[in-house]
Amino acid sequence: MVENTVKPGEILLSVEDISLSFGAVRAISEVSFDIKKGEVRAIIGPNGAGKTSMLNCINGFYHPQQGTITYKGITRSAMKPYEAAAQGIARTFQNVALFKGMSTLDNIMTGRNLKMKSGILASTLWWGKAQKEEMEHRRFVEDIIDFLEIEAIRKTPVGRLPYGLQKRVELGRALAAEPELLLLDEPMAGMNLEEKQDMCRFILDVNDEFGTTICLIEHDMGVVMDISDRVMVLDYGGKIGDGVPDEVRNDQNVIDAYLGGGH
Amino acid sequence: MEDIIFELQFFLEVLISGLLTGSLYSLVALGFVLIFKASGVFNFAQGAMMLFAALSLVGFQELLGVHWTVAFVMAIAVMVLLAWCVEKFVLGKLVNQEPIILFMATIGITFFLDGFGQTLWGSDIKVMDVGLPTGSFDMGGIFIDKLELVAGFTAGALVLALALFFNKTKIGRALRAVADDHQAALSVGISLRTIWIIVWSVAGLVGLVAGIMWGSKLGVQFSLTLLALKALPVLILGGFTSIPGAIVGGLIIGSGEKLAEIYIGPFVGGAIENWFAYMLAMVFLLFRPQGLFGEKIIERV
Repeated sequence: MVENTVKPGEILLSVEDISLSFGAVRAISEVSFDIKKGEVRAIIGPNGAGKTSMLNCINGFYHPQQGTITYKGITRSAMKPYEAAAQGIARTFQNVALFKGMSTLDNIMTGRNLKMKSGILASTLWWGKAQKEEMEHRRFVEDIIDFLEIEAIRKTPVGRLPYGLQKRVELGRALAAEPELLLLDEPMAGMNLEEKQDMCRFILDVNDEFGTTICLIEHDMGVVMDISDRVMVLDYGGKIGDGVPDEVRNDQNVIDAYLGGGH
Repeated sequence: MEDIIFELQFFLEVLISGLLTGSLYSLVALGFVLIFKASGVFNFAQGAMMLFAALSLVGFQELLGVHWTVAFVMAIAVMVLLAWCVEKFVLGKLVNQEPIILFMATIGITFFLDGFGQTLWGSDIKVMDVGLPTGSFDMGGIFIDKLELVAGFTAGALVLALALFFNKTKIGRALRAVADDHQAALSVGISLRTIWIIVWSVAGLVGLVAGIMWGSKLGVQFSLTLLALKALPVLILGGFTSIPGAIVGGLIIGSGEKLAEIYIGPFVGGAIENWFAYMLAMVFLLFRPQGLFGEKIIERV
């Protein structure tokens, strides 16, 4: 795999003219946009606008019928999700997809999966070496746990945690992969005000401290406008607005889509 | 007084024999649980895999005249190859299909393995000879079958090894992750392909060990696949997703059917050993459908 490095401010990922349909239903039609290295990029839009479909295209769950996706200078055709993960794309899900039977610690450890070098045989046969590696990764994961302030629930099976904390653990698992591009699908959905503020703080901290590029989906406009560098607006699968928050906020098409005018 | 002691000894003898036979059921059930946990498929072919593995081992021994340990390693290689083929040509093509379709596919695999195994190695009953002890010994007036004792210890060791593998290694964690949530597992870079091949290989290895034990007991023959049916009540009792459940379920079924045969049998005309397990499972289904250790499935509405 060719490793291209992208400098801050340059284009990390660009989506060209992609369309995705399921049978007769068009989820995305001819959308182009890009994500620059180091920015917080938001995709907003009403329910069913194609936001999650867009994330699914980027990390390889869906393969658009038309158009291309270029990541770190490499244009790719159909890519598998674990290949996307191997190239530094991590994500969270709208409906929290955690491993419910496993503890917080184990969940976040799975995020280190790709960073662990010992193969199948090695980790079974050369116990000592694999154990040493495990310890190193464990240290990294403990740092993430500290960072997200979830020390108290390290050993708790995540199925038992309240929703807001589950979302935080899921963010931790994504961070454990040390991603270059972090995709967050409605990280603040279903949270109360305090939890939302915490989550905003974590997102901004991740962006600041680790320089991680973030692409997030929200339909709560208010929150997004505060933390994003640029915002794209989708409606009925098409792009209706794109720009810095102030531009988007005053865009007539966007206002119509959100207030229900024009439909 | 002597009568009571004799009765007690007899009871213990039946119980121990039942428990040890039960551990053999557990071995078969274990293969089902592994695959069900990791891919959500009820693998109907587990019995056929057990027969195929045992046939391969005996076949290599006869054909090449090698020591059984060499044949054992070769049989493992065959099961890994089989796992690879199953993923490549069957499961890999059926990702995201309904469970019933995957189940039908495993029925297909069953018949393929039955036929192919007999084409390769012949259909006559073969003798499994890996030097396991035969006969029984006397322990304080209780007779214990040596082969059954070995089988019991092997089952225990295998479960311990699997538990360590699942809980302490990176692959084990990946396996549990896949079992919990396919999509999330993919997103952290776990390859479903690799995991499935590993799981089917391990299930093949468990099948091989079960095949050796049952083969030594009954001879390597077609009817071994039918033993897989005995694993069903074991799974219903223990729960489809639990490794300890497979063990406990096997022990309950094994001892239950032996004790029932001896103590209830005479009142209903005997021969209840063959259907007791299924009846027990059915009663169990009515009261605890998820099994003793299975996860309770609560559908959110």
